[in-house]
Amino acid sequence: MATIASISRRDLLQKGSGLIVSFALGGAFARPVAAQTGVAADVGKPLDPRQVDSFLMFHSDGSMTIYTSKVDVGTGLRIAVRQMAAEELGMPVERIAFVEGDTALTPDHGGTGGSTGIPRGGVEIRQAAATARQALLELASNRLGRPASELTLVNGEARPTAGGPGVGIGALIGGRRLSLAVDRQAPLRDPRSYAVVGKPLPRPDVPGKCTGQHVYLQDFSVAGMLHGRVIRPPALGASLQSVDESSIRAIPDVRVVRIGNFLAVVAPDEWAAVRAARELKATWSEWQGLPRSNDMERQLRAAAIAREETLVDRGDPARAMPSAAKQLSATYCWPFQSHGSLGPSCAIADVRADGATVWSASQGSHGLRSVLARTFGIPQEKLRVIYMDGAGSYGTNGTDDVAADALLISKTVGRPVRVQWMRADEHGWDPKGPPQLLDLRAGIDFEGRILAWETQMWLPVAVPGTRPLVAADAAGITQPRGQNAGQISQNADPPYAAANLRVVTHWLKEVPLRLSNLRAPGKIANVFAVESFTDEIASAAGVDALAFRVRGLSDPRALDVLKRAAEMIGWQARPSPNPQSVEGNRLAGRGLAYVRYKQAENYVAMAMEVAVDRATGEVRVERVTCAHDCGLVINPDSLRNQIEGNILQTLSRALHEEVKFDRSQVTSVDWASYPILRFPEAPKVEVALLDHPSLPPLGAGEASAAPVAAALANAIFDATGVRLRTVPFIAERVKAMLTRA
Amino acid sequence: MANYSFQLNGRAVTVDSWDPAQPLLYVLRNTLGLHGPKFGCGLAQCGACTVLLDGKAVRSCVTPVRQVARHAVTTLEGLGTPEKPDPIQAAFIAEQAAQCGYCTNGMVMATKSLLNQTPHPTLDQVKQGLAGNLCRCGTHTRILSAVMRVAKA
Repeated sequence: MATIASISRRDLLQKGSGLIVSFALGGAFARPVAAQTGVAADVGKPLDPRQVDSFLMFHSDGSMTIYTSKVDVGTGLRIAVRQMAAEELGMPVERIAFVEGDTALTPDHGGTGGSTGIPRGGVEIRQAAATARQALLELASNRLGRPASELTLVNGEARPTAGGPGVGIGALIGGRRLSLAVDRQAPLRDPRSYAVVGKPLPRPDVPGKCTGQHVYLQDFSVAGMLHGRVIRPPALGASLQSVDESSIRAIPDVRVVRIGNFLAVVAPDEWAAVRAARELKATWSEWQGLPRSNDMERQLRAAAIAREETLVDRGDPARAMPSAAKQLSATYCWPFQSHGSLGPSCAIADVRADGATVWSASQGSHGLRSVLARTFGIPQEKLRVIYMDGAGSYGTNGTDDVAADALLISKTVGRPVRVQWMRADEHGWDPKGPPQLLDLRAGIDFEGRILAWETQMWLPVAVPGTRPLVAADAAGITQPRGQNAGQISQNADPPYAAANLRVVTHWLKEVPLRLSNLRAPGKIANVFAVESFTDEIASAAGVDALAFRVRGLSDPRALDVLKRAAEMIGWQARPSPNPQSVEGNRLAGRGLAYVRYKQAENYVAMAMEVAVDRATGEVRVERVTCAHDCGLVINPDSLRNQIEGNILQTLSRALHEEVKFDRSQVTSVDWASYPILRFPEAPKVEVALLDHPSLPPLGAGEASAAPVAAALANAIFDATGVRLRTVPFIAERVKAMLTRA
Repeated sequence: MANYSFQLNGRAVTVDSWDPAQPLLYVLRNTLGLHGPKFGCGLAQCGACTVLLDGKAVRSCVTPVRQVARHAVTTLEGLGTPEKPDPIQAAFIAEQAAQCGYCTNGMVMATKSLLNQTPHPTLDQVKQGLAGNLCRCGTHTRILSAVMRVAKA
């Protein structure tokens, strides 16, 4: 623990670690939290996620700090979790500080992903708070001489429910530990009495973000820090043959770092590092080991299979299919996509003889620590990873890789090193969201009911072990060669009644690019296929798309969201395509889609109105309505922000995004070659939240992304009669389809 | 090293740079400690680095420091603070028009530039005015609401 202990509170204050600075400048939450909570004193605090003290620390001034491995990344988690704890403890949210993703301070209850921030992170902290509440009432009972059952916690103090003087939480326990295990049975407050949960409280980080005061990782610096930039090869598998250091002689104070094929420059001045990286002459070997990115469908179909998995097997689709009144089949394809973070990934590493500290925007500080520790041979207990906000990552972008870059360079030069990737690094080298291919087949009876349904998918298999880090590969460091893009095979079965159903995954051994989890992993493409195909069936049966879905569902929460989204868009019942879509070159239509996320979580229905320009093929989304049920709503405004973001971002992915590569490297390396949605394309978005206060809260960072592409494709079909089955729906592709039709 | 003098958020500043081609962005962030403007692409494609040069939005990632000598530069910090935000910042805060917030600098500064020229733009004018600024979190609708809040004021 030498390194960690040697970071004094003064160091942290001077270095302005994110947790201190962001709270000091957090507007309504402007409290000198560090001085009160004593960050240095916190080192050595309990980290065991079974203990209340690991999550919550009460201070003598009546304030409290929450410690969690779940991080905000712009989602609003840091207000929502505060609300959940505040509710149980009767403590004003302003008195609660929030420490995220610091391996020395926060218990490891999982990284931030899969929409687990609230249902796991928030719920566990709520349970810790409920446990603390019981203990605080007992302490207050002794102090006030009244039974605990007659006391309540409100406004930061314990007081008799019937009225009368109370005692502050700070006075009861402040500065001391509760030394209690989290009690899974500790009673929660009755949702009917909620005063804080369910309120649209503003996020503490927004004022700082709007005024340039919020300190991002990219803005952070430590004493003696150098700026590093890595020179990537012009081909993924190229070897470094020679470096001509004289080519950058004119740039001041630059040092070249070369370890095998890892080539970097460091300089005290960031611009010097940027220029040196750009101008350093290096010779690389030729390498052409990639297939081209065109014709992804053929490539996926031809790829080597690791194993087959039957995910759903009900009835006998093969036998039922021939007896169907009508049979349909279609193929859907989704391309590699990039996280496309607006700010390229960044990290600062300070490697010293006795240990190392890494500042990172990773969604999983603990996971990153174990990968870095193992890869670079640093004992895990001597490596501290501290989270700070970066640009939105939506999964694992380049953040782990840039941390490895910074660590490797710092280790080599013996100074703290900050590396921020350049734009081409982020687009070219972030691990990608996977390509997906789905073949769907269905047989329907004379009334258009689904008799049999079969999904066959081609997806990259999860290979055990962590994803190889770019820097370690370049430097020739042996490391695991895992592959994992998240839970990508979910939601490939229809949620509608089907007596005979079979879902098979052909797990592919490998795909050309490194993979990682990208928002709502796999589900967007799967729902795109399933919900588009559902519309194909409805259309073939001559049935209205909403009526078809309603008929196949029985869960009232499913029906509620569908009816609500349809109502909001003013759904006119009729089969698709729209018989009256044409107005000059403008073709108008509407579509919808439904998902129960992971077939077990949120219920989301989405409807859209689109216009397609017949001459250009350009698709314009005009209006989106979304009905969203994630159980208990913690913060409706933050929730809406997430839902709106899911919708807009996924529209971008469906309309524009595809990673392109040639035989050597990724070629979509900036915003011109990898365009995303722009303001003129932004539709009107209306969101309805269906709150269920008595149910557990679910996460909302992903679910509403899942039906977007399907609703869009369905609306385009309604407008044009043309079925788009390959993403992205770029104008050229749409135009070509329209011409062919 | 050459010196460059300019107005920064209403104050006269002089900085030196070993490279007259050094983009203003690095001077602002590293020499002057103003972190409002962000590095997003270095290619003038995304707008995260936007500052005002004599009241007009420019991309500081491709604006050489020598070009701003004797001109007036305004950054996000020059508009207001969390305690005393300028009307655009106040509108963004009221609408909670940020997620990760990495693009927010560019959104606020591009809006400032737009409103300097067109104080009461229509929604379509705002969409066109911000067409060169990218947001990855999908906060577009809130940003538009925030700008319209000021445009209608």
